[in-house]
Amino acid sequence: MSLTAVREAPTQAKGKAYAALVKALGRGWLRDRSQVFFTLLLPLMFMVLLASVFGSSADSVSRVLTVGEVPVLDAADAGDFDVTAVGDLDEALALLREGEADAAVVQDGDAVTIYPSPTSSTSGSIATGKLSALVDQVNVEVLSAAAPGSPVLDAEVEEADGGALRPIQYLAPGILAWGIAIAGVFGAAGTIVDWKRDKLLRRLRLTPASVKTFLGAKVSVNLLVAIGQTAVFLAVAALVFGLELSPWTWFAVPLVMLGTLAFLAIGVVIGGIAQTSPGAAGLSNLVTMPMAFVSGAFWPLALSPTWVQWLSYLSPMRYLNEALQSVVVYGAPPTAVLPQLGFLAAFAAIVALISWRTFKFDEL
Amino acid sequence: MEAAIEVADLRKTYRGRKTGEIRAVDGVSFRVERGEFFGILGPNGAGKTTTLEIVEGLRRPDSGTVRLLGRSPWPHSAELTGRVGVQLQASAFFEFLSAREQIETFAELYGASKARAAEMLDLVGLAEHANVRCEKLSGGQQQRLSIACALVGDPELVFLDEPTAALDPQARRNLWDLMRAINAEGRTVVLTTHYMEEAESLCDRVAIMDAGRIRAIDSPAGFVRDLDAPTRVTVAAGQLSEDRIGELAAGDPVTAGEAEVVFETRDPRKLLTSLASDGALDGLAVRTANLEDVFLHVTGREWRE
Repeated sequence: MSLTAVREAPTQAKGKAYAALVKALGRGWLRDRSQVFFTLLLPLMFMVLLASVFGSSADSVSRVLTVGEVPVLDAADAGDFDVTAVGDLDEALALLREGEADAAVVQDGDAVTIYPSPTSSTSGSIATGKLSALVDQVNVEVLSAAAPGSPVLDAEVEEADGGALRPIQYLAPGILAWGIAIAGVFGAAGTIVDWKRDKLLRRLRLTPASVKTFLGAKVSVNLLVAIGQTAVFLAVAALVFGLELSPWTWFAVPLVMLGTLAFLAIGVVIGGIAQTSPGAAGLSNLVTMPMAFVSGAFWPLALSPTWVQWLSYLSPMRYLNEALQSVVVYGAPPTAVLPQLGFLAAFAAIVALISWRTFKFDEL
Repeated sequence: MEAAIEVADLRKTYRGRKTGEIRAVDGVSFRVERGEFFGILGPNGAGKTTTLEIVEGLRRPDSGTVRLLGRSPWPHSAELTGRVGVQLQASAFFEFLSAREQIETFAELYGASKARAAEMLDLVGLAEHANVRCEKLSGGQQQRLSIACALVGDPELVFLDEPTAALDPQARRNLWDLMRAINAEGRTVVLTTHYMEEAESLCDRVAIMDAGRIRAIDSPAGFVRDLDAPTRVTVAAGQLSEDRIGELAAGDPVTAGEAEVVFETRDPRKLLTSLASDGALDGLAVRTANLEDVFLHVTGREWRE
């Protein structure tokens, strides 16, 4: 037995142990196809789906159903509306419910009644807006003709940021924030449930490498995954969907790293509660899905009711989303997102403290 | 030279909301000498694993002291853990790694070379399966890989927690050979098991544990000797007349059933000679006392596996 073997200096051994663990955990991650799908492809799929949903309704011609004669539509520019005449109002409303049109219009003398689509509030309100503008325009023409020389107000619409906010500009940061969140929460919760079962952490505690080295390696792998996820996601957003990346885009890296720490902490709390993998996945969904809905991950937060907007102040995903949008889409300098950074850091610290205090290490 | 392990009056109580208070370890003391093959034998739930986890440094006892190679296993020390190898009940592996990658990762944690890792893989007979993912290995192969990982740091002391549980008899025998070889190299081995046969075949000394306490410690042979139990000789019925049975028993207890006759004797040699000369050896079985009888004697309870 060779018990005299010289052991390495502690710090050098620590560095080697850390590198070995990062390598082993990283390899495991890359080989787990479901993880790769979940963190890389799922957010991309959401982006493709939501971009096509929001993209099509915003740009298309409003489909309008007319019941009887609607003379006001004669004043419309060609190509503004796609007009279909139907027999009566009931038929028109039925078609609206089925999503076959964006609005129905009835004109009775001077009264123009607009029925927006109940199925698609976005395209319905766009059609309503366009029809109202058309009515206003006709009124102005009539009044100008009646009183020539009287000044009329004329509103000029100048679009902010040199153009309308295209769906990809709020979808990309929102879905990226969501992708970072699910990778962090599900990743940490699933890992802890795995450790409860396979006792890997227990085994590693009995090697010369300390628990801190191992947890450090684990978090490092998650941070690397988040950076890779961000790079792939923004590359697809830019190349496929034409998102213009600002020069400050690199600052997304520290943002997603900080976000990942916050979401890992949430995942640790969930992993401490759940006993099985399905349990951990269910609880993770329970936390990340509502969080995505209140944080403006899938549609602009301004479209949500006020109480949802208030609730969003509690969600770390909101701050990550906002900060990513400011930096990546609007090109704001990092100093502009200091409040968001501060909140994310505070959130990560508080949840980490809670998870540390409540965690039952004996179960691992 | 100090002992490999010295444990004095360990106590550990678990308080569950539903289960109430469970005294998992209730005043355990023992000492394991260097180079010894020491077994902790007991049924499931006897407190073997908890005892081992406290000795290894995974859990802190409520009271009592542990000295492992002369030092306390708590707090974690890279120096001490480097001299101890551990195989836990669950096969703790990194997911999606091959057997070789697995043991090479452990080798790096122990500051051992890749050559050493390959050597250990060979020792446990897994060289051919080096590129197989851990989760695809059979139960016995996983246990052997787990033991290889425990040995890769060239430990002085090796803990094996029920390594043969859930293995088929052949795989179990193979593992026994491996464990004997590990001990023969001069390493101290501590084994927990609930197989009597295993403890009897491998261990220099055995601690019999039940309900959180060590009931007795001795060598397997010493246990049986102290038990001073009779040898049970069984032959098929119908070969001996009732009178002859009484004569052969010579006052010792005998049970004549419909299928077989069972003698309990202190002088099996004389009885067997007589039976042979009577030509009454059909269905012969000779059973000497074993650890099972010792367990029954020590705990007052029948052994249940």
